[in-house]
Amino acid sequence: MKFTTLLASAAMALGLASGAMADEKTKVGFVYVGPVGDGGWTYEHNKGRLAVEEEFGDKVETVFVESVPEGPDAERVMTQMALEGADLIFTTSFGYMDPTINVAKKFPNVKFEHATGYKTAENVSVYSARFYEGRAVQGHIAGKMTKSNIIGYIGSYPIPEVIRGINSAYLHAKAVNPDVEFKIIWAYTWFDPAKEADAATVLIEQGADVILQHTDSTAPQAAAQEAGNVVTFGQASDMSEYAPFPRVSSIIDDWAPYYIARTKAVMDGTWESANTWDGIREGMVAIGEISDAVPADVKEEALALKAAMAAGEYHPFTGPIKKQDGSDWLADGETADDGTLAGMNFYVEGLEGEIPQ
Amino acid sequence: MDLGEINPVLLVASLMVAATPLLLAAIGELVVEKAGVLNLGVEGMMIVGAISGFAISVETGSPWLGFIAAAIGGAVLSLLFVVLTQVALANQVASGLALTLFGLGFSALMGQSYVGVKPPSMGDIHIPVISDIPVIGPILFQHDPILYVGIALTAAVWATLKYTRVGLILRAVGENHDAAHALGYKVIKIRVMAILFGGACAGLGGAYISLIRVPQWTEGMTAGVGWIALALVVFASWKPWRALLGAYLFGGITVLQLNLQAAGVAIPVEYLAMSPYIITILVLVILSADKSSAPASLGRTFHASH
Amino acid sequence: MIVLEKRPQPSKAWSYATPLVAVLATMVFGGLLFAILGKNPVEAIGTIFWEPLFGEFAFYYRPQLLVKGAPLVLIAIGLSLGFRAGIWNIGAEGQYIMGAIFGAGAGLAFYPLDAFYIFPIMVIAGAFGGWLWAMIPAFLKVRFGTNEILVSLMLVYVAEQMLASVSLGLLKNPEGFGFPGSRNLQSYDSAHNAELIAGSGMHWGVVTALIAVIFSYVLLNRHMLGFHIRLTGEAPRAAKFAGVNPARLILFCLGLSGALAGLAGMFEVSGPSGVVSIDFNVGYGFTAIIVAFLGRLHPVGILLAGGLMALTYIGGEIAQSQLGLPAAAIQVFQGMLLFFLLAFDLLTNYRIRAARSEVA
Repeated sequence: MKFTTLLASAAMALGLASGAMADEKTKVGFVYVGPVGDGGWTYEHNKGRLAVEEEFGDKVETVFVESVPEGPDAERVMTQMALEGADLIFTTSFGYMDPTINVAKKFPNVKFEHATGYKTAENVSVYSARFYEGRAVQGHIAGKMTKSNIIGYIGSYPIPEVIRGINSAYLHAKAVNPDVEFKIIWAYTWFDPAKEADAATVLIEQGADVILQHTDSTAPQAAAQEAGNVVTFGQASDMSEYAPFPRVSSIIDDWAPYYIARTKAVMDGTWESANTWDGIREGMVAIGEISDAVPADVKEEALALKAAMAAGEYHPFTGPIKKQDGSDWLADGETADDGTLAGMNFYVEGLEGEIPQ
Repeated sequence: MDLGEINPVLLVASLMVAATPLLLAAIGELVVEKAGVLNLGVEGMMIVGAISGFAISVETGSPWLGFIAAAIGGAVLSLLFVVLTQVALANQVASGLALTLFGLGFSALMGQSYVGVKPPSMGDIHIPVISDIPVIGPILFQHDPILYVGIALTAAVWATLKYTRVGLILRAVGENHDAAHALGYKVIKIRVMAILFGGACAGLGGAYISLIRVPQWTEGMTAGVGWIALALVVFASWKPWRALLGAYLFGGITVLQLNLQAAGVAIPVEYLAMSPYIITILVLVILSADKSSAPASLGRTFHASH
Repeated sequence: MIVLEKRPQPSKAWSYATPLVAVLATMVFGGLLFAILGKNPVEAIGTIFWEPLFGEFAFYYRPQLLVKGAPLVLIAIGLSLGFRAGIWNIGAEGQYIMGAIFGAGAGLAFYPLDAFYIFPIMVIAGAFGGWLWAMIPAFLKVRFGTNEILVSLMLVYVAEQMLASVSLGLLKNPEGFGFPGSRNLQSYDSAHNAELIAGSGMHWGVVTALIAVIFSYVLLNRHMLGFHIRLTGEAPRAAKFAGVNPARLILFCLGLSGALAGLAGMFEVSGPSGVVSIDFNVGYGFTAIIVAFLGRLHPVGILLAGGLMALTYIGGEIAQSQLGLPAAAIQVFQGMLLFFLLAFDLLTNYRIRAARSEVA
């Protein structure tokens, strides 16, 4: 590498070499899987980062790298952050799990927080949000609002997270509307707004008048708006630009409270490895404003459902629930354990079709 | 499973929408390739068109101005390709790839403040009576104006290439640039015009995604459509109407697989998801019996040595 | 007026000088871009080019350059042979994926057996996977005259769906609590493509990439087949008279590039990456096309180009986290670098002169 060598020596001559600056600031790193401008998953994590900056001001320095592919690139970015003196690193995608563990082994003094995974270590915590609680509220509203009794659902890939959401929404729609039917389309991509638009259009054409989405773009909202009489919900971010109709409510990831709390713990020296799965109660899952397009009584019921979950009085997966094949899953009054929920790979009774394997 | 739930009329109508960005970009690239230039930067020009169109229509409130801006944006980016391949005589394949890389990055920088913004709507054309005819109405007369622009453009390109002097010269340049040069045609000038046209079309295609089909701005939102458009040109054996057919076929299979999923057809989803690509390959194999081949000078650099 | 005059022979001096000039131009314009974005241009450029090589933590980044550059070089070497002969395989990404699926699949089939022969079998399986995937466009081209650009590109998308499918099904880690992705090969010793010397970044993929560079150099310069490849690209008609069999050349070039891409995928999945997952592929197959051209389809050039690309990736990441530059700015910067390298290449092959009045 002739020219780079040359360049390097030139830079050396100019005395440009800079070392990492050591100071009292707590340094927090964020590794993002998408661009901060994706308007969804990464966008919300970045809002959490900004909230950390806002909260602690001068006492904290945050750094981030966006669009980091899962695998060796992620491992390198984490290592780089650790080398440069990060005290706490949030790795915000499931695929960062093994890289996080690998890097954490090399830097025992740096704390790591991995989103949506299951491997922990002395200096690695995992955290995730109970989106399915939000799905329960959505399912309730959807079941009440549908006139065709067909609810369309756009999923990305058939992973436990998405399947859990489908089951939760279905159970709660079914509870208020026994005739309800779910049509599910798997986009088989994390991100392709045009495909999401097509999927929403197809669902509407096949009679769905409520669309639930587990993909992050507003494409389904726009398709619903065009159709005129189709209800949607915001996903990942509020998507309030489509309120009050077709977007009647939303599920929002709010990572800010957690990020602030964990940063504080590092500052205070009280950080401990933990397995956090927070929901509506802790504020990690927020329900966006339910618009006036929803009848007052339905809105009230939905808020009551939300309140019950916030108070810890109600679990969205409370028996009796059977699996799709008719076998028993939860007995009357029994609630699902977190282990089963985390790895959920089956539909509940009543849902049609098979989960792609 | 209930195939009766698939409404063929709506299916055709929505496949036309799904096909339009592809068609616009492919028609532009077809002209470029007819002139003997291979521009692999379609994806980059589309995404720059997508953000240019989005930004301008948000700022002005007019989708029409947005589309004009998108065409200009795509064409401006293709100017870089012009400089590289026509002035600096660089390799076209590498230049095109560089254009895509650059375009993806540049559009993301441009679009930073447009995330989560909703663009003004263009609305569909609705002609009383005609649009309400059963079957034909929804398929032919209830779309957004740009969809018709795409079809009109196809017709115009076809007619121009086939019947006009400009078309003849363009083809001559693409077939044998040395001979065309010897005949006194300005090879470089014609190619530059073709590349700019291709850039403008790709820009329109991108804006169709960000303004009509989705509509939203997010980084990298064209998600590979530009590559499919490139494939489509080869698929079409450089014939405009066949590009239209190919775009509808590809859009059709994409929409059909989603329809089959929603109707609960028991074909594994991953096979449905890969079907548009496999069927494209199959059709291509069948079509390769047709020996009307690529423009002879495609991808070759022209330098007038005398 | 200024005119270009083709040199009878490409200029040796300029062919060495143009990369330098291009890098300098990129620094100037890239610096301008960074300045517009409100960053200190000198600091930003310095970070990208200096930090990975000679910065405080260069001990970590230098091996990483090998890890990042090796797959690029390995794939680009294979592609360059075909490109020289006018055979356009732009589906290396798909062949890379298939190599990884086959390689990892072969290894996981033995799990948890501990045996020395597992890794060699994986290597063969990986190469075979990539070769097989490239044979589809090769066969269709030879048999039906189908365009290989389109078929190889379409097969990338098919391979991506296959990857998603095996990550969620066939190769899914049975102990992974239902999450997608395979077992981690890094923790299966017999299948792990570990670093040959700890901390050096040297794994079998790097070694193979270097061997491929030498092999390709020898092939092109010392071997009849290499001569045929060059002849076919430069003078197709002469090649015909020289008795080149085009069908065999197509099968060889596509097959070899597929096998090398497959190997790259296999070494990646068994080493640095470890798992087959939905997002395993990160675009090496496409970036390698750029690397092949940046290296002017010359083996040594490709080696250098691969290193340069790896440098901008790693330096770019450092600039992101240290200076808060957006990833998009790094992408634009890389695009600029390519533009200038391509544009200044002009000086190698042409002389710029002021035109005399006697214009033809």
